[in-house]
Amino acid sequence: MRPGRRRSGARSGLRRALAPAALLVGLVAIWELAAQQGVLADLLLTDQGAGGDGDSADFLVPAPSDIAGKLWAERGLLAGDTWVTLTEVLLGFVLALAAGLALAVVIHLSETTRRAVYPLVVASQTIPIVVIAPILVVWFGFGIFPKLLIISLICFFPITVNSYDGLRSVDPDLIKMMRTLGANRLQTLRRAELPWALPFVFSGAKIAVAVAVIGAVFAEWAGADSGLGHLILVSSGELSTALSFAAILVLAAIAICLFALLALLERRIVTWKENPAG
Amino acid sequence: MLATTGAPDSEPQEIPGGPGPAVSVRAVGHSFGELVALERIDLELPAGGVLGIVGPSGCGKSTLLEIVSGLTEPDSGEISILGAAPGPDGRLARSVLMPQRDLLLPWLSALDNAALGLSLGGASRQDARERAGGDFERLGLGGFEQARPQELSGGMRQRVAFLRTLVSGKQVLLLDEPFASLDAITRAETQAWLAGVLAADSHTVLLVTHDVEEALYLSDRVAVLTPRPGRVAATIEVPSPRAPDRAAAVTSTGFVELRERALRLLAGEAA
Ligand SMILES: Nc1ncnc2c1ncn2[C@@H]1O[C@H](COP(=O)(O)OP(=O)(O)O)[C@@H](O)[C@H]1O
Ligand SMILES: [Mg+2]
Repeated sequence: MRPGRRRSGARSGLRRALAPAALLVGLVAIWELAAQQGVLADLLLTDQGAGGDGDSADFLVPAPSDIAGKLWAERGLLAGDTWVTLTEVLLGFVLALAAGLALAVVIHLSETTRRAVYPLVVASQTIPIVVIAPILVVWFGFGIFPKLLIISLICFFPITVNSYDGLRSVDPDLIKMMRTLGANRLQTLRRAELPWALPFVFSGAKIAVAVAVIGAVFAEWAGADSGLGHLILVSSGELSTALSFAAILVLAAIAICLFALLALLERRIVTWKENPAG
Repeated sequence: MLATTGAPDSEPQEIPGGPGPAVSVRAVGHSFGELVALERIDLELPAGGVLGIVGPSGCGKSTLLEIVSGLTEPDSGEISILGAAPGPDGRLARSVLMPQRDLLLPWLSALDNAALGLSLGGASRQDARERAGGDFERLGLGGFEQARPQELSGGMRQRVAFLRTLVSGKQVLLLDEPFASLDAITRAETQAWLAGVLAADSHTVLLVTHDVEEALYLSDRVAVLTPRPGRVAATIEVPSPRAPDRAAAVTSTGFVELRERALRLLAGEAA
């Protein structure tokens, strides 16, 4: 019964993926054609009043084939920078997960802490990361530490808020049942509230990995000597837009892979829900 | 028939905590805002005894059990369980409530759900499973030890929840319509099984049910409550409860007469 359901699920999943895939291929094809003909560059350049000589403006709008070529030609460079950024994203994310989960538990357990801390958690999201990032670099240097700070500052919010909402949403009758069976506060937390909140934690974590990649780019722009964000900065400065686009593509791939990994993990762990959120 | 069927062990047993009633409820009243759920309830129950509570729905039976369990403090009145000091903690430690909803944990197997109280009490996982699993067969749950709650029928879930309550290690059991979602045949079997269990050990039981026959078969005494706000309308003494042959017991003349009296009381007529 189970495997059957899963298999038919996979098949309908494929069918569902067909439409967006076709759309994507179509868009890429149009982009390729337009870039080859220099249409896009002409549009941009005539806007700025310059002459419309297609060949000389190649660098402005690279064709998908150019980007693919760059991806292959610069694979060594890209692999090194990918490793740097991936490390930052993973470490920053894990840091935020640990801190966010711990804070969610603390504000769930203590009303006083919640009133004191929750507004600060929300306020932390109004800090303009773009402005704060260079300051952190001045304070802590070009190393990985300021990057982890920036990434976890961004990730921390969705994880904390979602986990706390999960802990808060536990059926009150379930808590009563635990108490009458003799559970103390910690046992209720560990055996009932945390498992209950797990799908919520996953929702927060999935949002967090997506924004973690953006955080890494900001952090590297503020001061770094490697990483995909650094590569984008350098390559666009050199008007090597194809390489910039290649780096962006890799960043998107990182976000998608991490997201999919979390979704898979969720399906593996949260087996008691028919359709885990997301 | 009822008079001649000797029920084993229906005598009150010696209790830890000294003589006197195992559970006593004195002048307990409770309201939810404007709504008076319980007016003034007085109940007493010796150790090892079973007190049935029947009453129209909404008369405050669940509220009463929750108060006795220590999960809720009443607006007025006093409750004492096995000589515990006033305050909810003593009651929580000595009693266990089986709520109307089964409230099984969906991430645990049926066996681990049944063993939950034991493992919370510090039993090792292995030990808790062995003790909780012992009665799976007898309760018609054999082979479903590893099933998740959402794979079980409502009646099976209720039996797992019942087992979880029974093996939790607490002396006083507060059962809120424990067999309500069982079909008639399974319910009769489960009642006979429970009668045997209660004969063999020293649990003290408050049994809320809407099934008058169930109350009269399992209890030493049955308290009939009035419609909301709940008060005790009358108490019926049952001469020899928990007869091993359930079918014979519930069709005996004495039993049928008691049941008619209880039903008249429930309908609001004087006894
Ligand atoms: N938490 C609550 N808040 C407000 N009203 C409640 C609450 N719990 C129960 N009641 C009300 O109190 C009355 C008694 O409820 P309950 O004890 O569940 O009755 P019973 O179990 O006898 O059917 C009902 O009218 C019910 O609506
Ligand atoms: Mg009720």
